[in-house]
Amino acid sequence: MPELTSVEWEAVTLSLKVAFWSVLASLPPGIAVAWLLARRDFPGKMLLNALVHLPLILPPVVTGYILLVLFGTRGPIGAWMRESLGIVVAFRWTGAAIAAAVMGFPLLVRAIRLSIEAVDRRLEASAGTLGAPPLAVFATVTLPLVFPGIIAGTILAFAKGLGEFGATITFVSNIPGETRTLPIAIYTFLQVPGEEQAVLRLTGIAIVISFLALVASELLARRVTRGTGPT
Amino acid sequence: MLDVDVDRRLGDFRIQASFAVDEGLTALFGRSGAGKTSIVNMIAGLLKPDRGRIVIADRVLFDSDRRLDLPPHRRRVGYVFQDGRLFPHLTVRRNLAYGRWFAPRRAAYVEFDRIVELLDLGRLLDRRPATLSGGEKQRVAIGRALLPSPRILLMDEPLAALDEGRKQELLPFIERLRDEIRIPIVYVSHSIAEVARLATAVVLVSDGRIEGIGSTADIMSRSDLFPLTGRFEAGALVECTVAGHDAATGLTRLTSPAGELVVPYVRSETGTRLRVRVRARDVMIATERPAGISALNVVPARITGIRTDPPFAEVRLDAGGAVLLSRITSFSVDSLGLVPGREVWAIIKTTAFDHRSLGLAKP
Repeated sequence: MPELTSVEWEAVTLSLKVAFWSVLASLPPGIAVAWLLARRDFPGKMLLNALVHLPLILPPVVTGYILLVLFGTRGPIGAWMRESLGIVVAFRWTGAAIAAAVMGFPLLVRAIRLSIEAVDRRLEASAGTLGAPPLAVFATVTLPLVFPGIIAGTILAFAKGLGEFGATITFVSNIPGETRTLPIAIYTFLQVPGEEQAVLRLTGIAIVISFLALVASELLARRVTRGTGPT
Repeated sequence: MLDVDVDRRLGDFRIQASFAVDEGLTALFGRSGAGKTSIVNMIAGLLKPDRGRIVIADRVLFDSDRRLDLPPHRRRVGYVFQDGRLFPHLTVRRNLAYGRWFAPRRAAYVEFDRIVELLDLGRLLDRRPATLSGGEKQRVAIGRALLPSPRILLMDEPLAALDEGRKQELLPFIERLRDEIRIPIVYVSHSIAEVARLATAVVLVSDGRIEGIGSTADIMSRSDLFPLTGRFEAGALVECTVAGHDAATGLTRLTSPAGELVVPYVRSETGTRLRVRVRARDVMIATERPAGISALNVVPARITGIRTDPPFAEVRLDAGGAVLLSRITSFSVDSLGLVPGREVWAIIKTTAFDHRSLGLAKP
């Protein structure tokens, strides 16, 4: 396989960076929301559930546009972030990460929520009778038992982050080196006659990355569940 | 030691329980669905009473008047569940050690090694719960509940999920626990064999209410209570000592207040104290000493009371200070002229005793 050009390489590393940070940042709120949805009844639960799943149902372009309106430099959140935190996300790679996080969030929450619902709550009760306060029960019993679900959700969200196109290009546009992620690069090269080779190379890279992520998650999940299942 | 006075409505069912528990093993005894598990769940803090008060040795765990309700993790109440509930992601060693992270060190009264020895867990320490047998799981669950040094231990039918062989395997461990670890144990059971073997005191639960409290021998011999638990299970407990074994016949001789009793071979050394349960329906009555009879146990006794409920009757006997119950027909009571005060012979077949009715007594 011929060498990647620097432009192509830039797209690959940018995509990995965007996907990595989007997943890392959405994990804590993802676990919290999944726990709320699995375990708590509160007014507005339906609304929260719908909100979390909205990016899954809306056309990605619409989600991207909403993000642009909210996080744009003159948007309510974007303006506040610029003025009080000095952070601008519009047309930056951080914006691409936000788009990826929002799009991957329902997948992450869904996987974790299902595995929280599968945890035997009687195990948590028995940890309580052994003297463990609720937070310790969560950290030492719930979280380890939910771990396979967290891995599954993380991989799904990471894959979504790598492949996210519509919301990203709408929100942060197509800026080489800043917001031109792998799928956007492929799309761009497709528009230019004679760049079929670049498209092919990037496609190969995407397949390899996805495959590696899948294998890694499989290995990790197997290590975690070893000895806990019926033998 | 433990004082419970609770009220709780569960749908149409109402639990109203008030009782006190001292050292030793107290059985909460009653049919399935009588509310026994709900009562221990209230003691553990897993179920909130509508009203009431729960106190362990001057420490108030729950008091509805004072709006006090300690969460489970601050009660220091050990709980062995029917289904073990071991943590599947931890080894046996880490399951056992789990509660010690949270227990106050000053109050510790059990050592890890002592529990491992007491429950014979040495070979299991590095295994995962999924690879243990039912009996092994329960032993680990008992050890895990004890290691945080609880003030009281609750056991909710710890043998119910096991087959007969595993039950027999686990019973001696619970006996050792009762005799060697000096904390009150509340033991939920609907099995009279377990209660007769293990309990020092019995709280009889029926339909969410406490119908009787007393020493195990007292409650077992109170035939008036037994419609609540299944009448054919009425019987008496006799404290005995192993006098000797006869290898040729495969029999064991026991000395009891009632005289010598011959039972099937018991795997206990001479001098061991045993508690023998004699079911009322296994005791016959003769007005003269019978001759040419296959039953090996014929002991003199005096009738102290008769309760007739035709076609049956429950005759209460005093055999040298031991109470025996005999369940015969009211027809026999009339035709033999049985009346309180009369001297008679009580006849018990050796085959009426089995491994379930022979248990180690508290030394």
